[in-house]
Amino acid sequence: MSQKISIVCVSGTREKLQMAAMIASVAAATGDAVSVFFSMNALTYFIKGHSAGVPTEGEFGKLLAQKGVPPFKQLFKQAVELGDAKLLPCSMALDLLKITNNELDSEFGPPTGLTRFLSQSEGGQLLTF
Amino acid sequence: MSESKIIDARNTFCPGPLMELITYMKQANVGDTLELLSTDDGSAADVPEWIHKVGHEMVSSEKIEETWHIKVRKIK
Repeated sequence: MSQKISIVCVSGTREKLQMAAMIASVAAATGDAVSVFFSMNALTYFIKGHSAGVPTEGEFGKLLAQKGVPPFKQLFKQAVELGDAKLLPCSMALDLLKITNNELDSEFGPPTGLTRFLSQSEGGQLLTF
Repeated sequence: MSESKIIDARNTFCPGPLMELITYMKQANVGDTLELLSTDDGSAADVPEWIHKVGHEMVSSEKIEETWHIKVRKIK
């Protein structure tokens, strides 16, 4: 049976973004309704043209950089393409970064405030990374 | 007429092989058989879980030398 999974990404480290992307892609491709809310340091990697590397939390993060591990951005994209996941930028983060939604990768949905995200998440699982 | 296709996902790690399979599964026709090649032991356990949950058919799964050959059929 499909379920509703809401994911909050706030950390900008490789390990956390990777885990969130793995869950989002597999859940969405299995038929679950997945929404991912991006704020704080997690959002900046999705600004168009962003090319800086992602810091790691520990040794495992370096293993994730090796060939054969699907990059987190690819997994989030697959979550959208294969399972209709919603990638939602936090409206507060966009304001503080002084950017608009158009400056984010094209897979992103509309700017979303906490009130809307929390009501959309009602009754489902909420995971934070 | 149903077709058979091989998806080579060797040397990629979880959830790479599963996502490859799902990508091709979406494009396949009902009745088609897909054979996933994977060197990732975790995926060999996880792919049958996904097939079962989504409602397709596991045909076979065997490890030949270092490679898993996971055969599935699209049934809906």
